[in-house]
Parts: sequence; C-alpha cells; structure tokens
Amino acid sequence: MNILPSLYTRRRLINAAGLSVSVLAMLFGLFWLCWILFTLLDHGLPSLVPAVFTQMTPPPGDSGGLLNAIAGSLMMTVLGTLIGTPIGILAGTYLAEFGHRGWMAPVTRFINDVLLSAPSIVIGLFVYEIYVVKVKHFAGWAGAFALAILVIPVVIRTTENMLRLVPSTLREAAAALGAPQWKVVNFVTLRAARAGIITGVLLAVARISGETAPLLFTALNNQFWSSNMNQPMANLPVVIFQFAMSPYDDWQHLAWAGALLITLSVLTLNILARVLFRQSATTH
Amino acid sequence: MPIFSQQAKLKRQAIFDLSFRSLTRVCAFGVLTLLAAIIASLVVGSMPAIHAFGFGFLTSSEWDPVNEKFGALIPVFGTLVTSGIALFIAIPVSFGIALFLTELSPRILRRPLGIAIELLAGIPSIIYGMWGLFIFAPMFADTVEPWLNKHIGTLPYIGPFFSGPPMGIGLLTAGIILAIMVIPFIASVMRDVFDVVPPMLKESAYAVGATTWEVMWQVVLPYTKVGVAGGIMLGLGRALGETMAVTFVIGNSHDLSKSLLMPGNSISSALANEFNEAFGDLYTSSLIELGLILFFITFVVLSIARYMLYKLGKREGQAA
Repeated sequence: MNILPSLYTRRRLINAAGLSVSVLAMLFGLFWLCWILFTLLDHGLPSLVPAVFTQMTPPPGDSGGLLNAIAGSLMMTVLGTLIGTPIGILAGTYLAEFGHRGWMAPVTRFINDVLLSAPSIVIGLFVYEIYVVKVKHFAGWAGAFALAILVIPVVIRTTENMLRLVPSTLREAAAALGAPQWKVVNFVTLRAARAGIITGVLLAVARISGETAPLLFTALNNQFWSSNMNQPMANLPVVIFQFAMSPYDDWQHLAWAGALLITLSVLTLNILARVLFRQSATTH
Repeated sequence: MPIFSQQAKLKRQAIFDLSFRSLTRVCAFGVLTLLAAIIASLVVGSMPAIHAFGFGFLTSSEWDPVNEKFGALIPVFGTLVTSGIALFIAIPVSFGIALFLTELSPRILRRPLGIAIELLAGIPSIIYGMWGLFIFAPMFADTVEPWLNKHIGTLPYIGPFFSGPPMGIGLLTAGIILAIMVIPFIASVMRDVFDVVPPMLKESAYAVGATTWEVMWQVVLPYTKVGVAGGIMLGLGRALGETMAVTFVIGNSHDLSKSLLMPGNSISSALANEFNEAFGDLYTSSLIELGLILFFITFVVLSIARYMLYKLGKREGQAA
C-alpha cells in the first residue's frame, strides 16, 4: 500500500512542475514584448521631435527629419491596399459563395494559404524581375505592387472566413424574395460580413506598413521629397534599415524615431481591428 | 408587352449574375496565376546561374563575386540552422503558452494575454532586427556568450558549437530572435487547435482523476497532434523566410564555421544585403537562384503545414 501514495505524490509533482513551466513560458513571452516596447519608447521618444515630421531625411552628419519617408510609406501603403483589397474581396467571395463545385476553389484556397506565409523577400524579387528589370529603374509603383501582392492573401482569407459565418438563411431569404445572385452577394452577404472584412483589411494594412524586405528591390529609397510614383521612393522601413546600419549618431536617432512610429501605428491598427471585430461579433 | 419586358429584365439579371460570377472567378484564378508567375520569373531569372553551376550550386560553399564563383551551401546552411534553433526554443515555449491560455489562465486574463502574445507577432521584423542589434546582441555578448564559452564550450562533442569569440552577432543570436518571432504564430495555432478538443473528452479524463498535465499530455495532445504539427510547420515556414531581423544580427559572413557563435549568412539576409549591390548577370542570377531555393523550401514546408491543419479540420467536421 506504500506504492500508491508515492505514485500519487509523483503525479502531483509532475503536474505542478509542468504547470509552473507553462506559467514561466507565458511570462517568457510577455517579457520580450515588454522589453522590446520599453526599448522603443526609451530610444524613440527622445528622438521624436517635431522636426521628424517637417524635414527631409538628412545627409550623414546633418540633422533632419523623416517627412519624405513617412509620405512615401503612406502613399505606397494606401496604393498597395487599394490595388490588393478589391481583388482579395472578389476572390474571397468566389471561394465562399461560388466555389462549391470543381477543383478550382480548393486549389486556390490551398495556394492562397501558402502565399499567406510565403517569404516577403521573394515577393520583392518577383516584382523586381517583372517590373524593375523591364522599366530599368526602381519605382514607387513597384513598391506598391509588391505590397498589394502581400495584401491579397490576407484579405482573401478573412473575406472567405467572414462570409462563411453569414447564416445561409439570410441568403435563402433574399433569394426567396427573387433577388438575383449578384444582388444577394453584394447587398446581403457581403454587407452582413462587412465588419469582419474591414478587420481583415486593417490587419493587411498593419502587415504591409512594417514590411521592409519587399521594398528593398522595388521602391528602394530616395533622399529627397518625391511624389512621383515612377521614381525611387523613400519609405520608413528602408530608411530605418539604412540609418540603423550606419555609423552616424544622427541617423541612428532618426532610425529609432521611425521605428517607434511604425510600431505604434502597426500595433494601433492591430488593436483597432480586434476592437472593431469584437464589436461586430457582439452586436450580431 | 409587360411579359416581354419582364423577361428582358430577367435576362439582364442573368447576365449580371454571370458577369459578377466570372469576375470573382477571374480574381480567384489570379491567385493561381500569381503563384505560377512567381515561380516562372524566379526560374527565368536564375537560368544563367543554373547553366553555369548546375547542381554544384547546392553543394559549393564558395561565394566569390570577383571571380564569379557562387555556391548556396552557406546561406542554405545558415537558414536551416537558425530556423532549427528557433524551433528548438519556440516549440516548448509555445506549448507552455497555449497550455496556460487554454487551461490555467483566469477567464478575465485569457483575452488580454492572448492579444498580448498576438501583438508580439504584429511587431514588424525590422524592429526585432534593430532591437537585436543594439540591445540584445551586446547584452548577449557580455553575459551569455562568455558563460557558454566557459561552461559548454569546453565539453566534448557539443563544445565546438559553443566556442568562439563572444561577438553578440551570429547564428545563435539570429536563432533566438527568430524564436521570439515565431512563438506567437505557433502558440496561437496550438491554442486554436487545443480549443477544438471536445470538452467531454477532457472532462472524462478529469473525472477518472487525471491531473491537468496528464490531461494535456495524454488526451489533448494526442487528439490534436496533427494540428500541433501543422502549427509548428507554419512557424518553421515563417522562420525560414524571415529577412530583416536576421539580416541585422547574423553577421553576413560567407565563411563556414562549426561554432554557432560565429557570424554566418542566411538566404534572405544574403539577398537583402547583396542584391542591390550585385554586379554582373551571374551574381544577380545566383542571388535569384537563392531566392528560388528559399521559395521552394518554404513552399514545401507550408504545404505540409496546411495539409496537416486541413486534416485536423476535416476530422473535426466529421465528428461534429
């Protein structure tokens, strides 16, 4: 009878050890998040002076700001989103509403899920090959295209998921009233899934606004103000990369300021998307 | 007459239907075309290198832009080693986090903690890179690496992997930062698949007296193993293709070294560093071939990941 209590103690000990390790793992994850955010605030806030928003990127050893990089990033992100979102929503609609038969929908779904996590630097190489090589110079448009390619899979995935959450009774009710299918999809199901789809678009914007790798070979960088999308274009991530790797103090300070800006906007978008989604989930 | 106009109306709607359906179909088809175009353009771009080096490209460790001799061994090795280190650290930690979030966490904390972990995934990779280069690497060089040198570097067999000058940057640092980056991906997939385990299964196990840990190991994990493996592969896919974070801290050296503390190179960091400065067709095309290899590896890994996750999803669908 002595074996039983000892077995029991051992099981309890293993359980306690396992659960403590689990708590430690959680703390381990939170620890890095806090450390990174603290570093960003610590280094970024002192460098975040008004000049950052009013002046152009400086030559080494000079003071300046990030205005052209911020503007370039905004332009390319907005254009990338504008190009990618409609394609993504339409393709997602196909997967959820029309692709019930045949091989195409399952194959597309699978390929899309793979593209969703494909390395973004390869997307940069691809756009370099088909755009930059053809026109023989780096361009803001190429950057916007590369970002659009990253937007599409994210939007497709969320659009399909959200449309599948719309109850079939809604579609059937609309169809019973005599609405043709394009009206059912556009005015009933897509509208019912609107909040979720907007969430997906916000998440896609959050993802591309921090992307550096696909812009390296497409938009490259530009030290001066440029709103010409056919020219190389300054953008925050590449400027941060270049400035952070440089030996100049001024440049490194600007890099920290830019890093703080990007992280704050990306995290805000992420949280906004979640809040929005939660609201829509509770009102339904 | 009214009947005619009604029919015309119906016909028009039918045309709208058809065109809308075709439009969505074309967009979906665009995704397939995109994949084909990516593969085709990479293959075309790397043709000069494929012609020049053939299969030797994969096994040669030479990287000599001046004499135009290129081989992929070192970047491929660096990519695989850093991702391996990342998974080695990330799998147990992610399991712990998922276990905490599904079984242990108080209900109020569950959501905020889940979001906090997901925010870790939201931080752009260039931020990880900067933080790694300026904050983590110096600290690592001052504290952890001397310790590794002293205590593990002297051991037989595994010693050589952990000896070398404590520089802070290198394969090990890159692997650790990759681990932090993939933890949220793996953890959130694990949490999601743990959530699909029918409560009845868990409750039955608890009812016969199993501890939480035993329920996890002997009920939840076997039930979800396909999904868990899928999540791990998904994280691996991320780690393999990660660019900026690695570029900052890996050291960009084309020397093959046994020690994990020495600088190395990965496919993505070689591309990020050298592509814009590459001169000559063969140099550019060798770099594109590196990109093709990377795309191929991640494509295979991600396909396996998705297949496993679908498999779990399907079983779930049948059970319900």
